[in-house]
Amino acid sequence: MSVLINKDTKVIVQGITGKAATFHTKQMISYGTKIVGGVTPGKAGQVVEGVPVFNTVRDAVKATGATASVIYVPAKFAADSILEAIEAELELVVCITEHIPVLDMVKVRRYLEGKKTRLIGPNCPGIMTSGEAMMGIIPGMIQEKGHVGLISRSGTLTYEAAYQLKNAGIGVTTAIGIGGDPVKGTDFIDALKLFKDDPETKALLMIGEIGGNAEEDAAKWIAENMPDKPVTAFIAGRQAPPGKRMGHAGAIIAGGKGTAADKIKALNAVGIEVADTVAHIGETVVRTLKAKGLYDVCHTC
Amino acid sequence: MNIHEYQSKGILREYGVNVPAGKPAFTVEEAVKAAEELGSKVTVVKSQIHAGGRGKGTIKGNESMHGVMLAKSTDDVKKYAEALLGQVLVTKQTGPEGKKVGRLLIEAGSNIKKEYYFSFVVDRTQGRVVMMGSSEGGTSIEEVAAKTPEKIITDTIDPAIGLASFQAQRMAYAIGIPQPAVRKATATFLKLYDAFIGKDCSQVEINPLVVTEEDDVICLDAKLNFDDSALFRHPDVVELRDESEEDPKELEASALGLNYVNLGGDVACMVNGAGLAMATVDILKHFGGDPANFLDIGGGASPEETAEAFKIMLEGGQAKGIFVNIFGGINRCDLVAEGIIAAAKLVSKDGGKSMPVPVVVRLEGTNVDKGRELLKNTPIQNVIMAESMQGGAEQIVKLVKEAEKA
Repeated sequence: MSVLINKDTKVIVQGITGKAATFHTKQMISYGTKIVGGVTPGKAGQVVEGVPVFNTVRDAVKATGATASVIYVPAKFAADSILEAIEAELELVVCITEHIPVLDMVKVRRYLEGKKTRLIGPNCPGIMTSGEAMMGIIPGMIQEKGHVGLISRSGTLTYEAAYQLKNAGIGVTTAIGIGGDPVKGTDFIDALKLFKDDPETKALLMIGEIGGNAEEDAAKWIAENMPDKPVTAFIAGRQAPPGKRMGHAGAIIAGGKGTAADKIKALNAVGIEVADTVAHIGETVVRTLKAKGLYDVCHTC
Repeated sequence: MNIHEYQSKGILREYGVNVPAGKPAFTVEEAVKAAEELGSKVTVVKSQIHAGGRGKGTIKGNESMHGVMLAKSTDDVKKYAEALLGQVLVTKQTGPEGKKVGRLLIEAGSNIKKEYYFSFVVDRTQGRVVMMGSSEGGTSIEEVAAKTPEKIITDTIDPAIGLASFQAQRMAYAIGIPQPAVRKATATFLKLYDAFIGKDCSQVEINPLVVTEEDDVICLDAKLNFDDSALFRHPDVVELRDESEEDPKELEASALGLNYVNLGGDVACMVNGAGLAMATVDILKHFGGDPANFLDIGGGASPEETAEAFKIMLEGGQAKGIFVNIFGGINRCDLVAEGIIAAAKLVSKDGGKSMPVPVVVRLEGTNVDKGRELLKNTPIQNVIMAESMQGGAEQIVKLVKEAEKA
């Protein structure tokens, strides 16, 4: 079991003929992902990494039976690609693209209402279910199969954290990179809900950063809804000055809100331990698992 | 991206929003000329800097002079322009170092009856634009939120419909706009929404919005911020950028496509990925260092880009040590190592034999052994391999402290 994707999920790649998309398509296939086709308008009939290319998402879905799409389309056109994937009734859409205008994402969020699609991202590394499938740009070697669910706003911190867990002998069910944009498809609570219902996932690791109040909301939700699955956290940006965008569009302290201190306080208040530094993520998770008597069952690699 | 108040008002004028008559002035002569042309009874001399709190802010070394001054004559305008231009203005938002005033806005005074607050922002949780208003204008909205949160009225806008007239009108009533001015206020809110959407703003803040004795509705101050990701469709906005308001190192880095924020300290770092870069700044501070910067070099930086990043960190003697923290995912550690070796050749003063300051390198992930091997086989004095991230962070902080003592 896992969340969102497994080895049988049929995936198409939007923007497949782009250089980065082709590279990552190869990586996804070699990890075991069932990539069944790609979409680039005007390139129908071509074959990339052994899969057929179509002009539209509807054409690709009709021919392949795909239920998921991963998007590598440039920022100017990416929101439109997301709309196309939602309209084609895909169950899962993962958008990797960074720098999509915020007001474009406001429209996408509106269009998502009442639709069956779950959107992950944009501006995210994607999702990886250990040993089964990966959608995005996550390097395959970072994680092993196990029982910890990983949710993160940052790409490299996802890798860093999963890798520290692996070195500590702790495996991961699925890693979800929810992305660093202010307006996105899936936030912490949405992702937590998925893991709550997954019997294989015994514990969670949440990696947040400055900006917004999704971590505070998640802390409250966890305390009220998920008492049986312990959560460990890390928050990046303790030293970030107010009003400065720290790389990610969403990583900004505005009007005194969204500080790391507020988030850590909210998490600690509901009994969630927050790692002191990025180098302490692995050992903090191990400590939490031991305290909750889950270390042995989670020690899978 | 931020722009000046006079530029914000210029944009709002294009959308038919009522703002006071006024002109920017870069010199005392221009200020006087602008005041003469305005011919108003009272003229407002407003410092143009990218920070709020100007009215209460004061000039360094001349504390009786505020960032915004009311002039009753052109002689006054001349006096104030001389006292403000080229001087450093310190406000609540600038920090103690303040900001140099390079431009003024010379504006006709308004016959104010009452001040209000009005803004649009994107609400991250809802993923929608939210309209905010308050009867408490003129003070910072954070202050109002802390003291009298019930005086802040918010309304969420459906992007499929846009701001509906009834919502704009309801806001006017809710914040207590007097009946004779309600229609004008409603029209103003609708036009401000058009400007927000039309220019891909991340914030439009009017504080204060005023109703005059004549029941006119005027945006007395205006702050527009823009979504950096949407600037590609607004070349007119990009042209308004005032580079003198920005940190020179940040400007240089952004021209090279590097994600760099100057934090003022002396322990520099170079990292791949924004999250890890933030976390690296944090860990340097955790071990007692004074972080110099946030720098995300992204996925596949070339040796030339790596070298440029080193140059920026070292410029002006700021960095006394550099921590390179790389987790090789898709990008490989051996390529990063090659980048460091190439960078050493470009920034060192002895042909790549040594780095000007200690550089501690932590490599992990894809091809880490190859990367470490490369650095071992090309010994550069001052480049030290760290065994772990924690070890590396501790070591660079220690080396910088030693350098400071020496």
